[in-house]
Amino acid sequence: MNIVVCVKQVPDTEAPIRIKPDGSGIDEMGLNLVMNYYDEHATEAGLRLKEQFGGTVTLIAAGPERTKEALRTGLAMGADEAMLITGPGLEQSDHLGMARVLAAAIKALPHDLVICGKLSTDDNASIVGPALAELLGLPQATAIAHLEVDASATTALVHREVEGGVEILEVPLPALLTVERSLNEPRYPSLPGIMKAKRKEIKTSTSTDQKVAASSRLTKLVPPPKRQAGRVIEADADKAVAEIVAFLKNDAKVL
Amino acid sequence: MANDVWVVVEHESGQPKKISLELLGRAGQLALALGGKAVAFVPGRDVSAVARALGPYGADIVYTAQDPLLEPYTADAQTQVVGEALRKEQPTLVLIGSTAQGRDYAPRLAARLGAAIVTDCASLEVDNSSLVATRPMYTRKAIGTVMYASEGIRIAVVLPAVYPVPQADPKRTAEVRAMRIPLDAKQIRTKVHEVQAIKRETVPLTEADVIVSGGRGLRGPENFALLDALAKALGAAVGSSRPPVDSGWVPHDYEIGQTGKTVSPQVYLACGISGAPQHLAGMSGSKHIVAINKDPNAPIFQLADLGIVGDLFEILPKLTEAVKKAKGGNRD
Ligand SMILES: Cc1cc2nc3c(=O)[nH]c(=O)nc-3n(C[C@H](O)[C@H](O)[C@H](O)COP(=O)(O)OP(=O)(O)OC[C@H]3O[C@@H](n4cnc5c(N)ncnc54)[C@H](O)[C@@H]3O)c2cc1C
Ligand SMILES: Nc1ncnc2c1ncn2[C@@H]1O[C@H](COP(=O)(O)O)[C@@H](O)[C@H]1O
Repeated sequence: MNIVVCVKQVPDTEAPIRIKPDGSGIDEMGLNLVMNYYDEHATEAGLRLKEQFGGTVTLIAAGPERTKEALRTGLAMGADEAMLITGPGLEQSDHLGMARVLAAAIKALPHDLVICGKLSTDDNASIVGPALAELLGLPQATAIAHLEVDASATTALVHREVEGGVEILEVPLPALLTVERSLNEPRYPSLPGIMKAKRKEIKTSTSTDQKVAASSRLTKLVPPPKRQAGRVIEADADKAVAEIVAFLKNDAKVL
Repeated sequence: MANDVWVVVEHESGQPKKISLELLGRAGQLALALGGKAVAFVPGRDVSAVARALGPYGADIVYTAQDPLLEPYTADAQTQVVGEALRKEQPTLVLIGSTAQGRDYAPRLAARLGAAIVTDCASLEVDNSSLVATRPMYTRKAIGTVMYASEGIRIAVVLPAVYPVPQADPKRTAEVRAMRIPLDAKQIRTKVHEVQAIKRETVPLTEADVIVSGGRGLRGPENFALLDALAKALGAAVGSSRPPVDSGWVPHDYEIGQTGKTVSPQVYLACGISGAPQHLAGMSGSKHIVAINKDPNAPIFQLADLGIVGDLFEILPKLTEAVKKAKGGNRD
């Protein structure tokens, strides 16, 4: 089975971010950049299928040169190949433009499955996966929490959470999947894996897509409004209950 | 190109979902600003009852697209039908709820139409004839302002509970027009085996005005019954922080936070939740926050409007009784 996994490099969510004073973006100085953690789950899904069916796992990322670090994480986990697409237009691109660039590259690769994360933890867009499915003409299943491919590798059975339930869906391959964190537990890169990944060549290509011009653009980034701490009360249970009920009635007006 | 603002309506058992009514209210305001009409588009098997319900909430026109192939929902069928309708009518803006369905097909639709799309909008304004959205980014560590390009159809996937459900005006009716959009079974590549309902006595998280949420402080799965009882009395939904999910006390779809859901109810009641940044990422947009925690230094108190330092096991049962009493007795 030929599996392509889309990988984005993002700031580590564990650390705080610094918004540039002019609000044009975030300050990348000293920022720890890592593989988007949903993409770790996507990579893990790909590796497990490869272990089951044989074939290859190819990682693909679009972004600046530094993105190679995120690709190396995936190689160290056990992916076979990695590709980076760079290009001057990418900086200005919106998510649809990014999907177009990725689609052009993936079209040239054999692919039974294309796997993306459910969202990227910097943009929080959840656009690239389904947009890519459309551009590649593939059926899709998004935010899946369970994945089984049948023995003949022709269909995938997936679960996805919907409001108040779980949808159980059969998707014929080739297909595009986006994955939820509950799908699996990503493996840690092994030491030999890390050594191998260091030596591995990452193929780089330049996107010549002239149409990455964005149909939407980020004009300002600000910190979220700071919430004021309210009243903190230490009281016995009866007093506490009275306070909460009064709050629900008078302040929140839901009682 | 019409200056109309569309809402793609989600519905269940012949009723529009709350999110769709919220969007319809906003569509009315934006249509006014843009000089167009508020249009509801209702795809489904038999949607006559849903269609009739939308006029009172502000739809000027209701388009229906009926086909048995539209139920159960699939991305393929939905993209095809909504896509064809939009191609034909060319509204300037389309509002879609940020739900399991909306997030699934909206980007696909945008790619098909080459339409601008912004997801998880927390506000949508017309500013000097440009359309501007704000949205949480960097797991809610920042709020981004995004400006749409002015040409073509624009798609906004809007978070639940950011706009109020408009007051229904029973005298108001909308013109209902049936659209015929051919759909071929072969176009639907995925097959829905079933949708297993997760049995819950309480409202879904994304539809709730009030959410009561439990954390590691609940100590075990059995104690979520305390939250269920309170939620039932309040008409609230039950959520959780991550540890109860990781420990298997509650299903994954309870999780609120960076890797879970983003919610913004009228009231969020956090019980036995410390207030880690990853949890706050999902709930700090709530209108009112109440926290019960036995540790006076719990970080959740730094953003709670009302913080109660106390033992949730003592407080919750009493609170449930008091809420029942305030609501005029136990009705079940
Ligand atoms: C990449 C990543 C993503 C994450 N995503 C999420 C996410 O989406 N959502 C999320 O919630 N977490 C997430 N986490 C985990 C997060 O960092 C915290 O570990 C978690 O939120 C803590 O949950 P908690 O508050 O329930 O537990 P704790 O931090 O253990 O707090 C339990 C609280 O209960 C109180 N308590 C105990 N007993 C009682 C009692 N009898 N009465 C009253 N209070 C009591 C304690 O004082 C304490 O404050 C993520 C972590 C990582 C690394
Ligand atoms: N620049 C990129 N390069 C490769 N994959 C990407 C890129 N941006 C997004 N993706 C993929 O699309 C998913 C969703 O990203 P987003 O639409 O930005 O939320 C990610 O988890 C990745 O799998």
